Amino acid sequence: MLAALYVMAGIAVALGAMLGFSAIKFRVEGNPLVDKIDGVLPQTQCGQCGYPGCKPYATAIANGEADINRCPPGGEDGIRKLAELLGVEFKPFGEGTAQPKPKSVAFIDENICIGCTLCLQACPVDAISGAAKQMHTIIAQECTGCELCIAPCPVDCISMEPLPQTVQTWKWHYPVYSMRQAA
Amino acid sequence: MRILHRFHGGVHPPEHKAESSERPSTRAPLPKLLVLPLQQHIGAKARALVQAGDKVLKGQIIARADGNVSAAIHAPTSGLVLSVGAHSVPHPSGLPDQCITIAPDGADTWADRTPLLYRSMLKEELLTKLRDGGIVGLGGATFPTHVKFATAPVHTLVINGAECEPWITTDDRLMRERAAEIVQGIEVLRHLVSPAETLIGIEDNKPQAIAAMQQACANTGIEVITVPTLYPTGGEKQLIRILTGKEVPSGGRPLNIGVACSNVATAYAVHRLVNHGEPMLSRMVTVTGNVQKPQNIEVLLGTPIAELVQLADGALPGTDGYILGGPMMGLHVADDQLPIVKSTNCIIVKSAHLFPPAPSALPCIRCTRCAQACPADLQPQELYWFAKAREFGKAQEYNLFDCIECGACAYVCPSHIPLVQYYRFAKSEIWAREREKNAADAARQRHEFRLERIERDKREKAEKLAQKEKAALAATQTAAAAAPAPAASSAPPGGDVAQAMIDAAVERAKQQAAQVKPKNTENLTPQQQAEIAEIEARRAHIREMAHHETRISKE
Repeated sequence: MLAALYVMAGIAVALGAMLGFSAIKFRVEGNPLVDKIDGVLPQTQCGQCGYPGCKPYATAIANGEADINRCPPGGEDGIRKLAELLGVEFKPFGEGTAQPKPKSVAFIDENICIGCTLCLQACPVDAISGAAKQMHTIIAQECTGCELCIAPCPVDCISMEPLPQTVQTWKWHYPVYSMRQAA
Repeated sequence: MRILHRFHGGVHPPEHKAESSERPSTRAPLPKLLVLPLQQHIGAKARALVQAGDKVLKGQIIARADGNVSAAIHAPTSGLVLSVGAHSVPHPSGLPDQCITIAPDGADTWADRTPLLYRSMLKEELLTKLRDGGIVGLGGATFPTHVKFATAPVHTLVINGAECEPWITTDDRLMRERAAEIVQGIEVLRHLVSPAETLIGIEDNKPQAIAAMQQACANTGIEVITVPTLYPTGGEKQLIRILTGKEVPSGGRPLNIGVACSNVATAYAVHRLVNHGEPMLSRMVTVTGNVQKPQNIEVLLGTPIAELVQLADGALPGTDGYILGGPMMGLHVADDQLPIVKSTNCIIVKSAHLFPPAPSALPCIRCTRCAQACPADLQPQELYWFAKAREFGKAQEYNLFDCIECGACAYVCPSHIPLVQYYRFAKSEIWAREREKNAADAARQRHEFRLERIERDKREKAEKLAQKEKAALAATQTAAAAAPAPAASSAPPGGDVAQAMIDAAVERAKQQAAQVKPKNTENLTPQQQAEIAEIEARRAHIREMAHHETRISKE
């Protein structure tokens, strides 16, 4: 009887020690769900969701504080991916909130730019090159189209140019063809 | 006798080769205008080296290869560059792309042409020459040849003369008429990779080409092999399978199994470049279908389709478009001003009589005839369902990217479903998503770097400030210790270092202000003088009040 108790107690202590050890040794830094959500978000860092960037929004979603339909650049496809990842229902964009727009890049009218560097400080991905009293220009390849540079510009010289479709970015359409009615 | 192997599936569409194969090839005269797209190959677009208004010579490089997987483009004749800009190109989108437009001057003056002594050249050097000579695979995919032959070891060199697609006869005519030159090109490729064996595969519906090649290959160690006619034997992976029995792994290239493969027309282009110093300027094109005289024409790259159709004595009535390439894989276009590019091996003039509109599709009945016909051993019906449902991940799991878009599945489909369109749609969606993913990853990295940089700047500033304060404190302390008398005179008896510094700064500012003389104060009217005096008096009053206040607050 006593021997059995000792054995059981021994096993419990050993297993407890093992669990305790592995909890410390194999601890996962940060929340892996946040990184997964962040991986789905389009990384425009535009703040249209109400959070200061994609990562903070991902954190908010992971904590259950934010809805999944607040990222316009991600489009409905993005919402679908988030819904799939989190195992929740798809939700369309809310009425009155920001809606998806075609992908654009910022463009600085260099005749008007006064070189104030305000847009440089606003750009979340360092996609504007320039210096004080020097003309600024957008590095179009790096621009995410977040529009954060437009508001700070004191002379309103920044506009958004929609990206044209080129031979390189063109996609095949979903096949549409007439189907014969089976009699 | 070599044992031939089989690939899975395949179909036997009507050949229609006799229409154009029996006329000797001709050479097209200089066209009025040449339009050369900068993207005529798989890989990075070439970079233009000329501007509008430049005079160019025949064979002069006008766009250089951008990166390794790219190829140069040359002026097909001497003339004047009219523009470098957007022009419609043969592409399914119908969108314009960067092109160089040249107006020929009619003289056809060659730039410098030096044959290469390739046997004494380094391999890398020769590969660079191939890239700068604009040599790309002329079988249809236009993969840059120097990339294909870059890595050894190669056991088998396969030369593709199968030409399995209906209507097309360019390789047939080329082998019949220029077998010796093709073999000289093959010798250059053999020199590049030193293969243990070199095999030329030709379908048995081209007996004259086989005879010509056999004669040219006598005593060279190159083996000419007759393969049964079956579409798509001319596919690289399929021909390698037939000749060697080896299978190119999924997602891999022939080089992975020690095989290099090249088209006969490419070998001919290599010969022109290496032994004559002539880069890729022209190619043989079959003009067939609804025309008076179907034939093969050697034509300069950039020539519009319309001129070629005219050379075949014009289109017959009922023409309603063109197919660039063959009927199975070709590109259907309506514009006859599109230029001939390196990949254009055939122009089929369409008519409703030759190519009746496809019957409307019926639902898939899961008969799996497509799976029986698929030469890549895929499950086309599954791929179709996944593409239709936009389940791209699933489609990739079913090896969508091993599909060579040969069209055999759609050819046999009893429901006439345009299957290949679904695969193309799925592939381009997957590529687009990959591009988006890469862009997002780059943006994330840049954003994180920026946040870190801002953090670092803050840290460094704080550290610098702390150091400065420390240094200043140390300096004043040592100064105070070394010379107590002068320090005492400027600093108040309390010994407050900060206060002393502020007082010193105020003193400096006062001195500076005293030195500055007011401007524009000469030759003033008495009225202005009076105004100034009044303002000065007001200022003095304010100063007096301010002094009074500070005295009160100090007390």
